[in-house]
Amino acid sequence: MAVKTASGAPAPLPAAITAPPASKGFWAWLNKRLPVDEFISTQMTGYLAPKNFNIWYFFGSLALAVLVLQLLSGIYLTMFYKVGEATSFDSVEYIMREVDYGWLIRYLHSTGASAFFIVVYLHMYRALLYGSYRPPRELLWLIGMLVYLALMAEAFMGYVLPWGNMSFWGAQVIVNLFGTIPGIGPGLVEWIRGDYGIADATLNRFFALHVALLPLALLLLVVLHLTALHQVGSNNPDGIEIKDKLGRDGKPLDGIPFHPYYTVKDLFGVGVFAVLFAIVVFFVPTLGGLFLESPNFEPANPLSTPEHIAPVWYFTPYYAILRAVPDQRLGALLMLLAVSAFLFLPWLDGSPVKSMRYKGWMSRTALALFTVSFIALGYLGLQPAEGLYVVLARIFTAIYFLFFLLMPFYTRLDPVKPVPERVTFHAH
Amino acid sequence: MADHAVVADDEVDLSRRKFLTTATIATGAVGVAFAAVPFIESWNPSERARAQGAPVELDLSKLDAGQMTTVVWRRSPIYVVRRTPDMVARIAGHDAELKDPTSQYSVQPPYASNTLRSRTEEFLVLVGTCTHLGCLPKQRFAQGELYPSWPGGFFCPCHGSRFDLAGRVFNGSPASINLRVPPYSYPNPRTLLVGVDEKGAA
Repeated sequence: MAVKTASGAPAPLPAAITAPPASKGFWAWLNKRLPVDEFISTQMTGYLAPKNFNIWYFFGSLALAVLVLQLLSGIYLTMFYKVGEATSFDSVEYIMREVDYGWLIRYLHSTGASAFFIVVYLHMYRALLYGSYRPPRELLWLIGMLVYLALMAEAFMGYVLPWGNMSFWGAQVIVNLFGTIPGIGPGLVEWIRGDYGIADATLNRFFALHVALLPLALLLLVVLHLTALHQVGSNNPDGIEIKDKLGRDGKPLDGIPFHPYYTVKDLFGVGVFAVLFAIVVFFVPTLGGLFLESPNFEPANPLSTPEHIAPVWYFTPYYAILRAVPDQRLGALLMLLAVSAFLFLPWLDGSPVKSMRYKGWMSRTALALFTVSFIALGYLGLQPAEGLYVVLARIFTAIYFLFFLLMPFYTRLDPVKPVPERVTFHAH
Repeated sequence: MADHAVVADDEVDLSRRKFLTTATIATGAVGVAFAAVPFIESWNPSERARAQGAPVELDLSKLDAGQMTTVVWRRSPIYVVRRTPDMVARIAGHDAELKDPTSQYSVQPPYASNTLRSRTEEFLVLVGTCTHLGCLPKQRFAQGELYPSWPGGFFCPCHGSRFDLAGRVFNGSPASINLRVPPYSYPNPRTLLVGVDEKGAA
């Protein structure tokens, strides 16, 4: 298909793709009862992805790899972890000190949580760069956002389980956010906690949600995300539809089979990722307090607030927004809006082109300012809420929301560049 | 036999089918709603949690003037401060700097709905969790401890909320209401009972 031979003519398809299904033996027996061949040929070798994917296209498969890592390491942690106010902290220390390789399994899981957010944030950023949320991929984007929300809940509850002092106070702050809902707030908080404070009952239900309900929800959402992706087809750095340019065989001229081309490419990505991941796990598992905060190495103490409560880095942009507002109800509302603003992107972006490659200076400036704001808010959420930090957090919060609020205008006024007919691709 | 309407295959009564489908879905939805009740209710505080939320007692004679002690009631720290006449005097005079000086929007039993936010001048009883996001405000009772005009009170280290010696919140704090006052009573002059008052146990 898209593989060029020396003469420039399309190379013949690899044998695996065109080979007729076996009619005899175990494989044939199996396929009569389970559509293995059909699945591979429609979803792997027959799924045609644009040939011009770049480095930004590694992060979807990496997120899947991290999900598998988290499921595996998480299942092993539950074999040694004992949920309960009196036992949780000690059992985590037991895993760290006395279970053979327990420290490794635990650090894989805790580093995996941060890695998950790194790859998911980069995966989402790719969508912002190339307009992957634009029609016909709105639903794909919405399902992806649900994955992100489920992941946030999963990470928050997972952080409570070691029952360190930051676990306790983090839970206190986050659960109390629900208390700001007018009318039902206080009752709702008591219902979530199952007690008059963050207690054994709270820890126990968070454990159930963290190890059973949310992983199941995540898996289901990931399956839906991939199904929706394969229905509409992948976007690409040029933001043009490869389905618009079909060859004589009726297949996209710029599409190549996902397997073997992208499975091999993604495996390489997993290899590079694994090296970086191993460096963190083995040499800097707490990453200077960013991946595991030091107050969490003390047991939960309801009568002693850590000097400075900050969530783990992946929540700090939203935390900075929460604290930037003097009114707590408005702060909680803005925090919620900041997370959910992404849901509306498909309908806010009115640009005639999808990709940043062909958008003009307005969209580019807006995205650059947003990027700076998000990172700056992430930094400010780690700092105490005082003085200049609060002023800066307010400025960046304003820019954060203006990126979304003004999008319908600047994307339409933006001087865009002409979009090519075919994807930009240079053979290596 | 009762007379059944005989309907040929090609004469399906669609409106009847639609009615039955809708009725089935509606009945099923009601069933699901009822079945959800026990699962939702199971998250309420259990009998044991409620029993452990019983009132707690404090011997006030062990508390010196100007001192604060903390008792735990319903997993919340309860601050009990024995205010000196000087501390009481420092509660007046800064009403203009407060968000809710008369405790109109704040949470307290009626007997604490006054300027001093307490039953008696001497003892201040507060829920020691910040009304912002539940951290523990720290005691900063000395005059001028935070800044020259500071009249003494509480300071939350998490997000910087400030409260005076009656637990009333200062302007510029992220907390929007005063520190809460739990229900409490004095069964005798030297005993404080947190969690129970004339209206009975909370």
